[in-house]
Amino acid sequence: MSSHNHDNHAHHHDDHHHDDDVPHGTLYDYVVGFVLSVILTAIPFWLVMGKVIDDKTVLSLILLGIGAVQIVVHMVYFLHMTPKAEGGWNMMALLFTLVLVVITMAGSMWVMFHLHANMMPMPASMTGM
Amino acid sequence: MSATNYATIENHPILGRLTLEAIPLHEPILIFTFIGVILGGIALVGALTYFKLWGPLWRNWITSIDHKKIGIMYMILGLIMFLRGFADALMMRGQQAIAFGDNMGYLPPHHYDQVFTAHGVIMIFFFAMPIVTGLMNYIVPLQIGARDVSFPFLNNFSFWMTASGAALIMVSLFIGEFAKTGWLAYPPLSGIMQSPDPGVDYYIWALQIAGVGTLLSGVNLIVTIVKMRAPGMTLMRMPIFTWTALCTNILIVAAFPILTAVLAMLSLDRYLGTAFFTSDLGGSAMLYVNLIWIWGHPEVYILVLPVFGIFSEVVATFCRKRLFGYSSMVYATAVITILSYIVWLHHFFTMGAGASVNSFFGISTMIISIPTGAKLFNWLFTMYHGRIRFELPMVWTVGFMVTFVIGGMTGVMLAVPAPDFLLHNSLFLIAHFHNVIIGGVVFGAFAAINYWFPKAFGFKLDYKWGMASFWFWFVGFWTAFTPLYVLGFMGVTRRMSHFDDPSLQIWFQIAAVGGLLVAAGIACFFIQIAVSFLKRKELADVTGDPWDGRTLEWSTLSPPPDYNFAFTPVVHDTDAWHDMKKNGYQRPTTGFLAVHMPKNTGAGFILAAISALVGFALIWHMWALAIIGFVGLIAAAIIHTFNYDRDYHIPAEEVVATENERTRLLASHV
Repeated sequence: MSSHNHDNHAHHHDDHHHDDDVPHGTLYDYVVGFVLSVILTAIPFWLVMGKVIDDKTVLSLILLGIGAVQIVVHMVYFLHMTPKAEGGWNMMALLFTLVLVVITMAGSMWVMFHLHANMMPMPASMTGM
Repeated sequence: MSATNYATIENHPILGRLTLEAIPLHEPILIFTFIGVILGGIALVGALTYFKLWGPLWRNWITSIDHKKIGIMYMILGLIMFLRGFADALMMRGQQAIAFGDNMGYLPPHHYDQVFTAHGVIMIFFFAMPIVTGLMNYIVPLQIGARDVSFPFLNNFSFWMTASGAALIMVSLFIGEFAKTGWLAYPPLSGIMQSPDPGVDYYIWALQIAGVGTLLSGVNLIVTIVKMRAPGMTLMRMPIFTWTALCTNILIVAAFPILTAVLAMLSLDRYLGTAFFTSDLGGSAMLYVNLIWIWGHPEVYILVLPVFGIFSEVVATFCRKRLFGYSSMVYATAVITILSYIVWLHHFFTMGAGASVNSFFGISTMIISIPTGAKLFNWLFTMYHGRIRFELPMVWTVGFMVTFVIGGMTGVMLAVPAPDFLLHNSLFLIAHFHNVIIGGVVFGAFAAINYWFPKAFGFKLDYKWGMASFWFWFVGFWTAFTPLYVLGFMGVTRRMSHFDDPSLQIWFQIAAVGGLLVAAGIACFFIQIAVSFLKRKELADVTGDPWDGRTLEWSTLSPPPDYNFAFTPVVHDTDAWHDMKKNGYQRPTTGFLAVHMPKNTGAGFILAAISALVGFALIWHMWALAIIGFVGLIAAAIIHTFNYDRDYHIPAEEVVATENERTRLLASHV
């Protein structure tokens, strides 16, 4: 116990249950991440500049989808957020954050839309701003 | 200074909008307070100089990054601000007791409005938050067998940011004025059109600066709990207080950015003329109300969850039983953590949302009372067949259970949208939230202070004065707030400085008497501390375990040495210390080694002081000072990163001496 104690620094006192340290990416990981990011950036650029898709809605959805994939690529290859990282705490924190962001944004939109729906109509001079 | 000419006032290049008129010479109450503060300040400075205490104060406290000292400083800050907040409360009770008919009372409306705003802001942000944060800071590392928090310097910085925010609030008393908007500063009242004076700016910058501290201390404590638990302490073996601290800090980290963002948007509206929350140009004041309560409701649980943890520790210790339903307590805490994010709209059912929105939030609010009720039953079942010792912490706990249950039930009443339309913004609401905050957080704070004081200072608190304090508080609370429930049912609204109907006066007079009883309770508390200090030899705790405790903080000295534990404890069960005692744990008396510890630094204090200066400059539109201060802030932070002299070793001889002294004390005691 005393030998264990010796290298326990007050501010660097890792819990032995989570001894898998912060994962450091290999060069391979960074290259893969970089190449994927470039591809995922080039596709939307080409879609917009080359005017490939005429329907604005479809185009926006595709762009948003590719953006979402890009976020995942960044998290996995650059932030090393795998389910195993930090003993699963990173993944938990991410899920919790996502849940709260969805609650906050969806809830606010629902509440404010409902408020709007129940307000008296505004005089024309005050609308359209 | 009228509103119109204020908005168009020319900025002095250095002083901004600050003029001599900002000093409220025409307010006799403020002038007398100011003279009192000056005299007190001179006395304090004189005493510190006379007894040559500046050096020790700077070296041992202000620059300290020891979590225990920072915890104590948080508690002291909280108690000082509590006195200010309570003085505001007494002023309101006094005003409302006399201001009927022709009598306008002694506080003009613009002063009264500042008083109730300051009361709310101070009690939540600068009393309850520092007390709760201070307790978590002090206790959590000890309970998990750690030597400090994960980021000791950040901890010091967090404390001083909180203190800087508090200082700005205090400055507003004597330079300029405070917000007259109520504690959440709803626009359009807090917008530049309705509040052109700097009161709302004081509010914004005090909360923004203190908010940085709160957020960072939240991060710090989460990492501490996740990363620094003693070997063997799995999550489901953590003490309940640590569990509630973990959930509270998760709430802090998730909720405070919303407050920061809302206040930032409000300041953009005020300073740059944007239109987030205005009534024209497409803004919506209700969006502010919506967003600030997405922070505000979790904030309620940020305050009360750690207090639930305190009561869990106290009940288990003083009933000499393992806590009933440990895992249900953990799950109840976690469920409250999540549910607290989906109830915010119950603070504004009346704003005009439709039936589906109101029923969703009404039902979710009622659901949150289920895990809370489960906790209460856990405490009751722990007491059932327990051998209860009615020491002071237990007395406060029983007082809490009685009081909080009633506050919870009036809360469920308010959760039903239909009655809420009648009770919204009435004194019934005021009575309800004081019932849960005083009955919960304040009683919990007193339970905690009485429970952990011997750990922090090495002697117990006096029983007789403690009981006097409890009974004055308990009776005073009910005398002060029962009339408000009654008045609320009659439809009396909050924040009124004057009433016309003389039949209401008797209720306000009863409430004022209640306020005075609470004042007696507070006086008894400070007398209790003074008396205990004088009787510290008699009340001394030499064992480190005065209550026959169950968790690890009781396994070390009282007060704990700088390094907390000479050897990191190994945990085999929940209630680790109880388990160790039961299995004949022998305290090691040899083999001590040098302990590696973080080193004190003044950087946190300096950074926070510059922040306060920048805040003051922004409040008064002193752009030159604000820019210089901001650059200085960044520079100071960068310079601090080049400080490599961050740690030292407590030599083995010193550890041996401390531990031998403890061996001697323990031997002399038995």
